[in-house]
Amino acid sequence: MDSFVLTLNGKQVEFEPGQTILQVAENNGVHIPTLCYLKGCTPTGACRICLVEVEGARSLVASCSTPAEKGMVIHTESERVHRTRKLTTEFLIASGKHDCITCERSGSCTLQDLAYRYGIDTVRFETTVRPYEKEDVNPFIIRDFTRCILCSRCVQACQEVQVNRAISFGYRGPHAKIIAGGDVPYHESDCVFCGQCLQACPVGALVEKKARFAGREKDVEKVRTTCPYCGVGCQLELQVKDKRIVKVNAVEDAAPNKGRLCVKGRFGYDFIYSEDRLKTPLIRENGEFREASWDEALDLVASRFKTIIEEHGPDAVAGVSCARSINEDSYQMQKLFRGVFKTNNIDHCART
Amino acid sequence: MTNSFAEFETAKMFFCIGTNMTEAHPVAATFLKNAVMKGARLIVVDPRRQPLADFADLFVQIRVGSDIAFINALMHVLITEDLYDKGFVQSCTMGFDELKAKVMEYPPEKASDICGVSPEKIRETARLLASVKPCMLCYTLGITEHTCGKNNVMSTANLQMLLGNMGVPSGGVNPLRGQNNVQGACDMGALPNVFPGYQQVANPDARAKFEKAWGVSGLPEKPGLMIPQMMEGLVSGAVKAFWIFGENLANSEPDIAKVEHELASAEFLVCNDIFPTETTRFAHVIFPAAAWSEDDGTFTSSERRVNRVRTVSEAPGVARPNWWIFQQIAKRFGQNWASNSGQEIWDNEVSVLAPSLAGIKYRRIEGNGLQWPCPNEDHPGTPFLHKEGKFTCGLGVFNPVDWTPPAEVPDDQYPFVLSTGRRLFHYHTRTQTGRAGLDFLLPEETADISFADAEALGIVHGETIRVKSRRGQVEVRAKVTEQVPSGMVWMAFHFREGCANWLTNPVFDPGTLTAEYKACAVAIEKI
Repeated sequence: MDSFVLTLNGKQVEFEPGQTILQVAENNGVHIPTLCYLKGCTPTGACRICLVEVEGARSLVASCSTPAEKGMVIHTESERVHRTRKLTTEFLIASGKHDCITCERSGSCTLQDLAYRYGIDTVRFETTVRPYEKEDVNPFIIRDFTRCILCSRCVQACQEVQVNRAISFGYRGPHAKIIAGGDVPYHESDCVFCGQCLQACPVGALVEKKARFAGREKDVEKVRTTCPYCGVGCQLELQVKDKRIVKVNAVEDAAPNKGRLCVKGRFGYDFIYSEDRLKTPLIRENGEFREASWDEALDLVASRFKTIIEEHGPDAVAGVSCARSINEDSYQMQKLFRGVFKTNNIDHCART
Repeated sequence: MTNSFAEFETAKMFFCIGTNMTEAHPVAATFLKNAVMKGARLIVVDPRRQPLADFADLFVQIRVGSDIAFINALMHVLITEDLYDKGFVQSCTMGFDELKAKVMEYPPEKASDICGVSPEKIRETARLLASVKPCMLCYTLGITEHTCGKNNVMSTANLQMLLGNMGVPSGGVNPLRGQNNVQGACDMGALPNVFPGYQQVANPDARAKFEKAWGVSGLPEKPGLMIPQMMEGLVSGAVKAFWIFGENLANSEPDIAKVEHELASAEFLVCNDIFPTETTRFAHVIFPAAAWSEDDGTFTSSERRVNRVRTVSEAPGVARPNWWIFQQIAKRFGQNWASNSGQEIWDNEVSVLAPSLAGIKYRRIEGNGLQWPCPNEDHPGTPFLHKEGKFTCGLGVFNPVDWTPPAEVPDDQYPFVLSTGRRLFHYHTRTQTGRAGLDFLLPEETADISFADAEALGIVHGETIRVKSRRGQVEVRAKVTEQVPSGMVWMAFHFREGCANWLTNPVFDPGTLTAEYKACAVAIEKI
């Protein structure tokens, strides 16, 4: 029986029919740089960064979109491959504004990494400025079209990952642009602000506004946690600087959300920093709340509960727990009501 | 959920009833949409043409509160046309004859009069349902928030058992929980009838077990009150002291005027919260609590997955974790609780006392969480329940149910049905999202009405109108939309101004005491 074998950088490797060259390389520990490739989506082969050399092929082929075939002889790092990737990167750098000094993505930018990898210290081509203004009109997402390289990852994130169908390509040739609706600001379009485009953008074209100048990727600590909103249980990667959340991403490949979030999970985190937060125990006296110490407030509650239980029995007290707080809090509250107050009058909004 | 979100991707068919998933569970909806794009079939049953309907093979627009009649008619067709799973019914269930007798009372022609869907469409839906196996049934509060909520849930289970869609991957009955830890709060025994892990308080063995573990005696045997009974107890005097932890009942319960009267009647009211709310106004003592990301703990998601929640920063001022507050009160009653962190509470108490959580320890859920039942530390967790048709109680029991109308239906004075729900850009009473900039995307409540009704009443999109019920009235802008059928008004409860709960009807399912948020009668008028 014929086995599915090809030659990858001089080494015989097996593959499954239907796999792309990129997948075969990844499975065999060979890294091929990519730019437009978005895992799980239809490969577009648009950016030409993942080109590899296949012996006998008419030209270099995009590894993300070319199926592996039996007997292929593939070179992922040949001189020709390098030269071409370098040239492609130079073209990308020459189209648009790619100054890194205050770019949020400096240090976590695929284009910057490619430029470094291929040693591009001068650009041989005249830089063209892309003809679109920055969109900075909503509180969540800044769209800087001057930095956009038209890789279409955001479009795929919107169309194929989230299936929100809000953004797509508009215009043609040098005027090409990623547009929402008929080229309107996000908030005037069908955009639901899931921010998947932000997470997919490989450069600084889409930036989270709340995170602007708050700390780049290299400056932040990453903390995994669970979203505080609906019951799906999405896994968040909190980017934290100086004990403050500056940005929220989805944890890639985590159950259940696999790198996805919604508007509340991604942008709804900073209520915890509101000035409205309750910061001290409060006791109501003559219709007004006054600040109190923990001891005073706890003593008051304990003594009032004691008196009421003594006078009216344990079922004269009742409690409602919280469906948003942690399990351990609900456990403690029911333990207090059952084990200390001796009543089963404990409930929460379970059925609504 | 009997099954898991990961199974959405491999599902062949979905039956979504009363679930506005793209708005209330947006990330779950993405996996459903992915499956549909790959060829999975989708049936959406809802009184509103909500966004999921755009992806449906079949969108069935039933009348508010007619679910049981509709599902009974589906089962009528499945049985009379011999389209149900006889093998599963025979070997894994009991009570089929009773079910058959009941659903025979609901031929499509009769059900059609109740649910407003043509007999042909009911038959088409049943046939499509029977043509693909398995099918995942998903529901949310559109099923439960009715006076017949419990029976609605029974109906969904009846349907899935009849179709043999239980106990298999990408099948099952899947209620998507509305809040991050509503599953967990149930699991922890924040319910009047069960200890952690659903061990009945009425069971003497369970009481003895917890008495030993907690070092106490005399744990009460009688199940306690549910929220609506507690609230009524405040007025009758049966309940003197009331402790509300992190709930904004003054906005979230039906009939705000009644709720506020009840809260104001409390002899002594304590609140734990992170913000002053409409509810804390009534408190005698407010404890400032640590919020999400200010404490270590766990949430349990809809798919029974226990996930870690981690600390990033200290709570502001002198605010403290809630578990600490409860521990301090216990101390003042002479009990010294040993656990001093989320991890100690979970690892040393919760997972020791709840058999279904016994295998879940913090060290095992550093990455992906584990799904209960997880009976021991070598157990990988349980992605789907009732494997191979083995139900917890042995055989799956059919519970035939009759349709009953909502407690309040439209009449001449209040000719519209008000139904309520959640909108994408806000969460509940906005205590969180209202302080995270999301008002930009949705700054106020609206009354969503149909084009036909807007035209008949001379109301234009964006015009401020009055919506009134027997409980109260609000003034809100009209949102004229094709999502809503003629005769319906749809609103949410995110904003104090224009909150649907000034209008909703405080009537409850007799078994679960879930309020009928999904149906009451209102009138709308120009101002």
